[in-house]
Amino acid sequence: MATNGHEDGHNHGDNAEYYSLRAQAMQALLIEKGVCTLDDILTMADKIDSRSPEDGAKILAHAWVDPEYKKRLLADAESAFLELGYDLPETSPKITVIENTDDVHSMAVCTLCSCFPRAIIGRPPAWYKGLAYRSKVVVDPRGVLKEFGTELDESVQVRVIDSSADYRYLILPKRPAGTEGMIEEELAKLITQDSMIGVGLALSPESVKAS
Amino acid sequence: MAANVTEKFRIGDQVRIRVGVPPTHFRTPEYIQGKLGRVQTAWGAFPNPEGLAYGKDGLPAQPLYLIEFAQTDLWRDYKGAASDTLMIDVYENWLETI
Repeated sequence: MATNGHEDGHNHGDNAEYYSLRAQAMQALLIEKGVCTLDDILTMADKIDSRSPEDGAKILAHAWVDPEYKKRLLADAESAFLELGYDLPETSPKITVIENTDDVHSMAVCTLCSCFPRAIIGRPPAWYKGLAYRSKVVVDPRGVLKEFGTELDESVQVRVIDSSADYRYLILPKRPAGTEGMIEEELAKLITQDSMIGVGLALSPESVKAS
Repeated sequence: MAANVTEKFRIGDQVRIRVGVPPTHFRTPEYIQGKLGRVQTAWGAFPNPEGLAYGKDGLPAQPLYLIEFAQTDLWRDYKGAASDTLMIDVYENWLETI
């Protein structure tokens, strides 16, 4: 793994200090050249920081309890987000939702950089931006799942989604067994950031009670 | 999304990803280049990032497709199940008809 920014020009996740300085330099240049204002940058950062995995969990838990909503979410995610009061900033890339089922398990990555459904679940975790995850998950997704402690049956199809362009992918995890009687707010606590990226499954109700 | 752009490919079409490493910004990773995949979704057209990256308008807009590959077609030594796949968005100017 690179120890400084010169060994690998595109390794966002692993050299926080170097990239922080570089971001500051770019911000100063953008403002100086009149591309955008400091206010534009701060407003956008605030918008991204106002969203967190809890927002995604709330939306996806609603899809678990309302099959009609789930249909609309999978067909047109952005309209379905709006129904629950979540609007995307005009500059946000498109977002679509992919459902994990008994037969197919999807997991998201951005091999080129760090594309992520930020407008709904905020900033990605550091490992998501790191070279290790980005390079390994496309070649050996089942090995990565094991590293995250996720056990899948060999019969389940594993599908990696590399978000390389204008769409960002939010994973709707499979609803765990034993959650039939649970209300939406309780269900949302089972939906982790890992499960919305697809490296994990939704938590079991037992594991939440135990913690 | 830009209107009035005709999509050349339909869902289910088999396509080959063009091979090329232009000395510019591009979004088609080399690990899918030259590989055969299938159109899973047609997303409509978007300004071409190869122009946008240099402050241009990215027009004409490029139809964008979600392409699905068999993992065993991407990696000779793939260790997972034969049914495993990988999906990635690719702009039409990188797709070749079989």
